[in-house]
Amino acid sequence: MSGPLFTECSEQCGIHIWADKFLVEILDPETGEPVPDGESGELVITTLTKEALPLIRYRVRDLTRKLSEPCRCGRTHPRITRISGRSDDMIIVRGINVFPGQIESVLMKIPEVGNHFMIIVDRIGPLDSIKVQIEMHESAFSDKMSDMMALKKKISGALKSVLSLAVEVELVEHGSLPRSEGKSKKVIDNRKI
Amino acid sequence: MGSGIEDKIIKQISLFAENKPGRLANVANKLKSAGINIRAFTIAESGDFGIIRMVVDKSDYAHKVLHDAGFTVSETSVLGIEMEDVPGSMSRIAEVFGKAKINLDYAYAFVTRDQKALLIVRVNEIEKAVKTLEEDNIKLIGMKELEKI
Repeated sequence: MSGPLFTECSEQCGIHIWADKFLVEILDPETGEPVPDGESGELVITTLTKEALPLIRYRVRDLTRKLSEPCRCGRTHPRITRISGRSDDMIIVRGINVFPGQIESVLMKIPEVGNHFMIIVDRIGPLDSIKVQIEMHESAFSDKMSDMMALKKKISGALKSVLSLAVEVELVEHGSLPRSEGKSKKVIDNRKI
Repeated sequence: MGSGIEDKIIKQISLFAENKPGRLANVANKLKSAGINIRAFTIAESGDFGIIRMVVDKSDYAHKVLHDAGFTVSETSVLGIEMEDVPGSMSRIAEVFGKAKINLDYAYAFVTRDQKALLIVRVNEIEKAVKTLEEDNIKLIGMKELEKI
């Protein structure tokens, strides 16, 4: 629906929504209530001028944030940020919402690891646990155990600061995680509820 | 590195391996089919993964074979120190390192066929270590000599 619905400008800091034609709401995926400006939520679209096939509060299930302040390019149409994931991907671990997209964006900023990862959620005793298996680049491999432990600590620290959740990090061999076309399955949930 | 130091350094093969049954067999099979002989071997483990460290007769070839087979592998410069296989040899070498304030990252040792012992060590300042050991008349084994052991 890009183009008629929204378009990026030369500033490339978000996508402008043509707000005179479309009403965009960002809602909390669980409560259905609007979230404050700038906070992440589910994209919901209503067409204002389509007559034959209107959409009324259509839940796209993509996660984004809305930015209402005017853009540097001068346009005053609101913007949405890059899609960070899907609301139906969301997992809840110890009461905290976790999106695979959040983990992916943390890992993409760490040059030692690739973007191949797998999230494994389990329940050990009464507590949920979350583990991320990550494929390491060969160039980041060190024969010194202390270097490898420091890398694990760096990754788990970066994940914790974003997710507010202690995450176990497991480094795995390059090429060992399953590959699939398109949207790959990133979560294995072993919890029995 | 200064000229000649290459003859005093051993290239160790270091390998990342997940702690799962069959991983070592995969590595060993590759070396077997490439006709590579292992001189010294050790695994450092940390729960979910291990680091395999080994000294082989043809290190560059072994590195290529394992890399091409998809393993996470690197070559590391280590020292091979020849010792008499008698009580006190290790003590003498450890003292030399201690006096020169050279820290060892890790070490392992094996006994050779000609009644000598070989101590493999990784140090941070390898050039300083080579110089110090030579001043104390301690023999270092290079790759060429290693092929003959």
